[in-house]
Amino acid sequence: MRKIHAFFMDALHVGNKDLKDFYRDRARIVAFLIMPIFMMLLTGFIFPSQSSLKDLPVGVVNLDGGPVAQQMLVVFSELKSGKSKVMKLQNLADEDAAKELIQEQRISGALLFPEGLSDSLASKQQGQVVIITDQSNPQISSMLTGMLEQTLANMGTQMSAQAIDDMAGGQISQDTITALVTPIQVQTRGLIPGNPNYFQFVAPGVMAMVTVMAVMMGLAGSVAREKEVGTLDGLLVAPIARGSIVMGKTFAQTVRGLTQGAMVLVLAMVFFGVRVYGSWPLLIIMLILGIFSFVGMGILISAMASEQETAMTIMMTLNFPMFFLSGAFFPVQQMPGFMQAISKVVPLTYVVEGLRQVMVLGAGIGQVWRSVAVLLAFGAVTLAIAIPAFNRVVTR
Amino acid sequence: MTSEAQEFEMRVEALTKRFGDLEAVKGISFEVPRGEIFGFLGPNGAGKSTTIKMLCTLLKPSGGRALVAGYDIVDEASQVRRNIGLVAEKIILYDRLTAEENLYFYGRMNHLPEAEIKARSAFWLDRMGMTQWKDKLAGTFSTGMKQRVNIARALLTSPRIMFLDEPTLGLDPQTTRAIRQFIKELAEQGVTVILTTHQMVEAEMLCDRISIMDHGSIVALDTEANLKNLISDGKGAVLDLALEGLTDGMRQDLGALRGVMGLAEPEAGRLRITTNRPGVLSEVMRLVEGAGGTISSVNTLEANLEDVFLHLTGNEMRVEFAQSAPSGHRRGAAGRTSRVR
Repeated sequence: MRKIHAFFMDALHVGNKDLKDFYRDRARIVAFLIMPIFMMLLTGFIFPSQSSLKDLPVGVVNLDGGPVAQQMLVVFSELKSGKSKVMKLQNLADEDAAKELIQEQRISGALLFPEGLSDSLASKQQGQVVIITDQSNPQISSMLTGMLEQTLANMGTQMSAQAIDDMAGGQISQDTITALVTPIQVQTRGLIPGNPNYFQFVAPGVMAMVTVMAVMMGLAGSVAREKEVGTLDGLLVAPIARGSIVMGKTFAQTVRGLTQGAMVLVLAMVFFGVRVYGSWPLLIIMLILGIFSFVGMGILISAMASEQETAMTIMMTLNFPMFFLSGAFFPVQQMPGFMQAISKVVPLTYVVEGLRQVMVLGAGIGQVWRSVAVLLAFGAVTLAIAIPAFNRVVTR
Repeated sequence: MTSEAQEFEMRVEALTKRFGDLEAVKGISFEVPRGEIFGFLGPNGAGKSTTIKMLCTLLKPSGGRALVAGYDIVDEASQVRRNIGLVAEKIILYDRLTAEENLYFYGRMNHLPEAEIKARSAFWLDRMGMTQWKDKLAGTFSTGMKQRVNIARALLTSPRIMFLDEPTLGLDPQTTRAIRQFIKELAEQGVTVILTTHQMVEAEMLCDRISIMDHGSIVALDTEANLKNLISDGKGAVLDLALEGLTDGMRQDLGALRGVMGLAEPEAGRLRITTNRPGVLSEVMRLVEGAGGTISSVNTLEANLEDVFLHLTGNEMRVEFAQSAPSGHRRGAAGRTSRVR
């Protein structure tokens, strides 16, 4: 009992010393504060969301000149996303002019109303509207195209309804006309209210990544630094358990990692409207489990590396692919089969998945137990390898 | 066995350390009585630091055993750690903790009660002349100031045995003197001191007994006076020549003379020849002048520790002289000379 008490007290002193050492380093504190802000802003803004469809320059080649094209243009110019208009229309002479402006990247796409569009429609024939897209920017162009198609389809539906009404001479009820024109109504229903933006998807990923990276890097870095500077020998000649050194360092880095993770979350909530739909305790448990699953790796790397620089290089090599494979930024389902297979053995995947389930879908422990089990197992196995390896390395 | 072990503060038997194929320490044995200042002298890579690390429980021996303060360094490592203080080659202080915080942290790591830590760190900081700096970050200190706090740190636990690995390396003369004086006082108070050094002067000044290590073995272990007798034996001496026109061929021939134990070139135009036979001087002069060199002065000196070292490891140098190609020779010889110093 006294031994256990001493073990934890020693660990606490080591952790306390590490934290003191950390917060007195101004450069590191600045980086520590800026990093989560950067990560969140960058990942948030880099990927287009509905809000990036704003004042997009779109060319209009109106060869029709009739009432239909005119009416469509009014609708398009009034399309809004949030408070701002989606498109800024500009009239162009012909299709070649539109192509040229796309090549020069001065417009994001163009609409072409062919000659005689209004006449065709007036004489009950099918009309054609052409959308010219900028394929060099697939994300924006697919979103723009989607929006244009949707709008055109809506207008088409209205026209059909009008036409049927005209033909029936008011004999058919509006409900029946609607049922005839759009026999199937699609309803999309999510688990949480509203339409989640990309931030809601990416915030759990960035949070997991920032936290785990802080702990793993911090752990390996701080052991390697003490080795390099020579202070580790001071700890090793003290009559304390080696385990309490490791535990103390883990404790300090966990505080650091959780602080950074919390910063990401607060930023995401305050600036990007991210909400936590699940339980807070479960969210914190998932983060701590994520840290736990990586502690062993951090120790293993610090045992292998004799210098800080080596530790950092190994870290970067491991971290970079891991972030992409874990689904922190892109859904795992979008990846090709072999990458999905690899992502299954990356523990970060389960942290991200679990956090996302809790934060976005409001999942409870019953739904995330699989991630919990994988993280516990991974942490236990790596620690079982890392601690003896660490002990062997420090007393060869 | 037990009673014997109690007489000695340290008892080392056939201690061996292998790193892969390299045998860094080759089965050394020695004993150190309480209160002795025991010195390790030897070139880099001789195995001094490896030996110290094993005795401090920082390295596991590959063979042999050692009792430090009466405890086995492998089976009772924790007990050993309670009884030793370590001033390693690298200073064990955290730059971003103050002098006092550093001591407090190590006191805690050694399970000293809080009040005791405060009292002892105040005492040792005062003793090392660092009281007025106690609230300053260690990172802002000069090397000398750091080393003083570092020594205070090692002494905080009142160790029975102090290990000092090159404690005055790179320090200013004032601090060096103060630290040497302090080491002497420690021994007078009954602390056993194990000291490694490159500086012959330091070894001569401080050590009760000196062990000269080379290639992982102890090649000699005795008091300074006895070590000197090893070479001079009443009849030998050191010839300190100032000369011009020294050639590689001359070096080779001088080294091969009977009675010449070693050559060293402390600086350009100076040659130190360790001899153990009277009458070598005339042969040396004849040889140098015959080969076209000019000797401008000769001093006959009593052998010092450096000469002893040269004598004991001199054989290796001669072999290297004989083997090295004449052209690339000067640099090699100078390199070896400086290693010996």
